Amino acid sequence: MDKDNTLAPAPAAQGAPITLTGAEMVIRALKDQGVTHIFGYPGGAVLPIYDALFADEGITHVLVRHEQGAVHAAEGYARSTGKPGVVLVTSGPGATNAVTGLTDALMDSIPLIAITGQVPTHLIGTDGFQECDTVGITRPCTKDNWLVKDVNNLSRTLHEAFQIATTGRPGPVVVDIPKDIQFQKGVYLPPAGVQHRSYKPKTDPDPGAIARAVEMMAEAKRPVFYTGGGIINAGPEASKLLRELVTLTGFPITSTLMGLGAFPASRPEWLGMLGMHGTWEANHAMHDCDLMICLGARFDDRVTGRVNAFSPGSKKIHLDIDASQINKIVHVDLAIVADATKALREMVQVWKAKKKQADKAALKDWWAQVDQWRGRKSLAFKNSDTLIKPQYAVDRLYELTKDKDVYITTEVGQHQMWAAQRFKFEEPNHWMTSGGLGTMGYGLPAAVGVQMAHPDALVIDIAGEASVQMTMQEMSTAIQYNLPIKIFILNNEYMGMVRQWQQLLHGGRYSHSYSEALPDFVKMAEAFGCVGLRARTPQELDGKILEMISVKKPVLFDCRVDPMENCYPMIPSGAAHNEMLLSPDDGGEVSEAGKMLV
Amino acid sequence: MSADVERHTLTVLVDNEAGVLARVVGLFSGRGYNIESLTVAEVDAASRTSRISIVTSGTPAVIAQIEAQLGRVVPVRKVTNWTSTRGGIEREMALIKVAGTGEKRVEALRMADAFRARPVDTTHTSFVFEITGAPAKIDSFIDLMRPLGLVDVSRTGVAAISRGPEAM
Repeated sequence: MDKDNTLAPAPAAQGAPITLTGAEMVIRALKDQGVTHIFGYPGGAVLPIYDALFADEGITHVLVRHEQGAVHAAEGYARSTGKPGVVLVTSGPGATNAVTGLTDALMDSIPLIAITGQVPTHLIGTDGFQECDTVGITRPCTKDNWLVKDVNNLSRTLHEAFQIATTGRPGPVVVDIPKDIQFQKGVYLPPAGVQHRSYKPKTDPDPGAIARAVEMMAEAKRPVFYTGGGIINAGPEASKLLRELVTLTGFPITSTLMGLGAFPASRPEWLGMLGMHGTWEANHAMHDCDLMICLGARFDDRVTGRVNAFSPGSKKIHLDIDASQINKIVHVDLAIVADATKALREMVQVWKAKKKQADKAALKDWWAQVDQWRGRKSLAFKNSDTLIKPQYAVDRLYELTKDKDVYITTEVGQHQMWAAQRFKFEEPNHWMTSGGLGTMGYGLPAAVGVQMAHPDALVIDIAGEASVQMTMQEMSTAIQYNLPIKIFILNNEYMGMVRQWQQLLHGGRYSHSYSEALPDFVKMAEAFGCVGLRARTPQELDGKILEMISVKKPVLFDCRVDPMENCYPMIPSGAAHNEMLLSPDDGGEVSEAGKMLV
Repeated sequence: MSADVERHTLTVLVDNEAGVLARVVGLFSGRGYNIESLTVAEVDAASRTSRISIVTSGTPAVIAQIEAQLGRVVPVRKVTNWTSTRGGIEREMALIKVAGTGEKRVEALRMADAFRARPVDTTHTSFVFEITGAPAKIDSFIDLMRPLGLVDVSRTGVAAISRGPEAM
């Protein structure tokens, strides 16, 4: 926890100082940080920055239709590129509308820099028009934030904002800039001259801990890798090293929702996703393992189920860049606080250098057990000739797009879980979903951000008809920027996951979970200038999906699916990993304590 | 307090910048941790460093989480737990007002003398005592003053520092 106590020295001036207005500094700083795209919405308190943007040709600004959309678009951009996402919004409602997205980015460790306009400094605290306490409101939903009251601190603050957002455990930051500061002239410092005075995240692994981890892995009889979004955030090299480590050891591997794609779903070591809607084999391997190697995940309640029944017989290794995740939920036997790339590289090197071998005989038995669990085929479902089953729809979408450069975003609910269970990801950064916060309305604007970054890719938002209505207005953004995103709605006319829980926990009383008064999605698509498609039967599904793929415009696909289908397998709230339900026939009485959980 | 809940004194060195105290305090309220006392002041103007001393309570696991969560806060430079390291001196100052006449007044002054509390304001019917010490000592003094005409108490919260020649 020690940090250097000394102040970073002021950089030696390189030639004549650069004098710019605050607004010009913002644009200059963004360019010096390598920013090419920003997502924003103008308003009174950011007009000087928009004026500077007008005069500039180096940055593409994407005009969204709501500030929440700007933040989710920036998240999609960031997650699919590994670069930070940048948001520009005005004061007051511009900033408060961004709060959901900022919280989403904080929960999922997405690097974002949000620049917010603020009323001029002399009006701060007077309840001025479109004034709000932006730094106060965003403090709990940012990694750090600043109100810049002196133009000569602006460039330093902006560069520090990038450093903080993108290093250590990534996250969102807010720089709040009063309008008078945007007009004032001051000295601009380039990024090279700026070093935060105390922030120095620890990224190097402790060699002793790595050596111990390798020993534990070599001794393990029933090991499992449990990986998370930290591997994705660490960059593509971490995914490569993970693959190498799995190859070297031959251990089975599962991942959280946020970690999908770090390890190829096509490889035999892959067990599928774990957790509340994870596979039978992944959750049973977690429960029965003797060594759990947790890499860049955080023992979320959706992963652990009942904590006091979580993997009772295992030793646990936990690698995380954030020391506060260690022992937060689950006590671990060995902690490695480090950057995942560095730690994985060390593990691979030490494993090779010490010529370690996995316990092959024990692993053979372990794999035999895993294969027995696989035999339960926990993702199987009863297909229908008349109704499109949502699982079938996702399967067909996967089969018909898997040879393309496809990026998937989702909203939140049943469709999200079906997508996570059934869409097979081979590479990191191709799966964008709201994991921690569970933000309905994330997927459509996230797809906008992904498509901006990857203009030639096939970007699909696997959506639900309820979620998608929360940020539907961003279809207009997609039209404006010629972004051919595909919004594939699994339309079951219910907030499906809410309905599923009401069925399981509330006696089938479907209180306000029916999607009444739905718009005609095809007509709506046309009204926006998109293409609307609809499929009602399994027979017409493939043709319509192929049509969707071939259209070079945004498509809203109204896929009418079985309204009463539930998402299985499922660990009911308050249950353990080995108490999974595979189907409604499993019964699944939820305990009173479980009903209290979300 | 239940059996496994412990009281701990933490010191947090921070960059003295706008909002850092709010971030530290918000962390406690947002994550449901207790603050029993809080003391903060700039301690080094040249390096713009402030020192926050917090008395908190929780199970050992919660205390460990509090330390780790504090360590995540960007402007936090260092976190020290004086209770678990047992290497610190903790002191608190209090101003205590007692009103009364006759024997109670004399008894209050006698007690104050025994506790090395010093009158810093005196009228014919009242004293304000200044007392410094470990929080438990101040608690005892306040309890003793209660039947003698205690009317007001102002406490600073705990300040803590390490024993020996080293800095925190």
